[in-house]
Amino acid sequence: MLFPPDVWEIIWLSLKVTTTAIAIGMLIGIPFGAFLGLYSFPGKRLIVVLVYTCMGLPPVLVGVIVYLLLSRYGPLGSLSLLFTPQAMVIAQVALVTPILAGLTMSAVQEKERAYRETAKSLGASPIQLIATIVREARTGIWSGAAAAYGRAISEVGAVMLVGGNIEHHTRVMTTAIILETRMGNFPAALQLGLVLLAVSFLFNSFLMVGALNQWKAKRR
Amino acid sequence: MKPIRIITPLLMSMLILFLAACSAAPAQPAAAPQQASSTETAAKQPQSAPADNEIVLATTTSTQDSGLLDVLIPAFEAKSGIKVKVVAVGTGQAIKLGEDGNADVLLVHSRSAEDAFVSKGFGVNAYDVMYNQFLIVGPAGDPAGVTSAKTAADAFARIAEKQALFISRGDDSGTDKKEKSIWKEAGINPDGTWYLSSGQGMGATLQMADEKQAYTLTDEATFLSRKLNLQVLMQGDKSLLNPYGIIQVKATAKPDAAMQLIQFFVGDDGQKLIGQFGKDTYGKSLFVPAAKKR
Repeated sequence: MLFPPDVWEIIWLSLKVTTTAIAIGMLIGIPFGAFLGLYSFPGKRLIVVLVYTCMGLPPVLVGVIVYLLLSRYGPLGSLSLLFTPQAMVIAQVALVTPILAGLTMSAVQEKERAYRETAKSLGASPIQLIATIVREARTGIWSGAAAAYGRAISEVGAVMLVGGNIEHHTRVMTTAIILETRMGNFPAALQLGLVLLAVSFLFNSFLMVGALNQWKAKRR
Repeated sequence: MKPIRIITPLLMSMLILFLAACSAAPAQPAAAPQQASSTETAAKQPQSAPADNEIVLATTTSTQDSGLLDVLIPAFEAKSGIKVKVVAVGTGQAIKLGEDGNADVLLVHSRSAEDAFVSKGFGVNAYDVMYNQFLIVGPAGDPAGVTSAKTAADAFARIAEKQALFISRGDDSGTDKKEKSIWKEAGINPDGTWYLSSGQGMGATLQMADEKQAYTLTDEATFLSRKLNLQVLMQGDKSLLNPYGIIQVKATAKPDAAMQLIQFFVGDDGQKLIGQFGKDTYGKSLFVPAAKKR
């Protein structure tokens, strides 16, 4: 055992929360981004600017908003989701969806010209059209997903606020680092920081190389 | 084409890794530069004219959050011409700052940790400054019947018996150490789904207790400064007293300025300000002055 079980638990929760958030974010962000990249409609520019703005949303701000929504005295208080891993997922979804949508949009716009006419002339429905172009733009989308993953797993402001850093329940790597620092355990904080880096490295290498190769193989 | 196809994902992953590293890194060192800069200032400014003297006071969040230091520090600065930089952290980290020589004076509240700090040779000139009290707070319904308990330990025993939700700071702060000592006094090792460790400051922990309708142990100053729906269920027990001490860090580069700050806190002016603090807002003073050389 490299670490005490507590540390494994913290790492596992970090991965679980962020992976869930990215999965949900992809389900919302990719179709939305593709739609924005392919179709024009009145008010599109405003929406694009909003998406770009939200790509840089400060995590603490997202945290405060989700906190207020989920608070016992807030509009969704009856769900009692505050200080649960689910609340952390919600906050991270809010953080990563704009990134996924924005990067999907630019990736799709690059491929749009080449594929749109072909797909249309072959009689593709709008959904098939989106699916085709998204498949062609996957490299850009995938790097967007990896960037979003890095942002979500290393983020601390929102998960601290809505998760509460509760031991064995909502404590993740970043909040554990803050706690160790506050307690004066700088070596432990550094160690956790290195674990965070290592996890990011492993996960991103796996994500990028593995998935790209698989997709490439499929296409040939 | 082929080699490019292999290289691109690799480059991509490197790039992403780099991005991830960049975004991950700031989480940890956030505290370090702060200390580094304080050592720097300590090193760069050996006792020059008192006017440009600067000292670092490491203290607990309760003195800062309650607003006490906003009254005391400006008064001291005006009187002495010494600038005080306040680093408000948990008692555990404050003492660590002192041990590492990153602070000149400590104002903390954990008697056993303070005594250890002095006896290990890190601190000199330790004084009692003031005290306030800890409160056991919880939901108005009081499901565990804490109000009818005689002592703090008894109250904790009732909470454990009913398995009522209790939120612990769990951050090695003075309040956390006090809480642990009460559990010890009650002969209980708190464990289970009812006992949550927030790992956060007093304000955030109170907020969490309010949200979750849970019990918690809080210092009076922080509790009074928040507007929450929690009720005070026990106060006044002997084991709930919360004494604050002020200690000069032995390794300080500015012992004179540090001593002036200590003298101010335990002297007549400082003690009077402490006794008055909070009377206007809360109808009672948040801290009781009790200066005494140890």
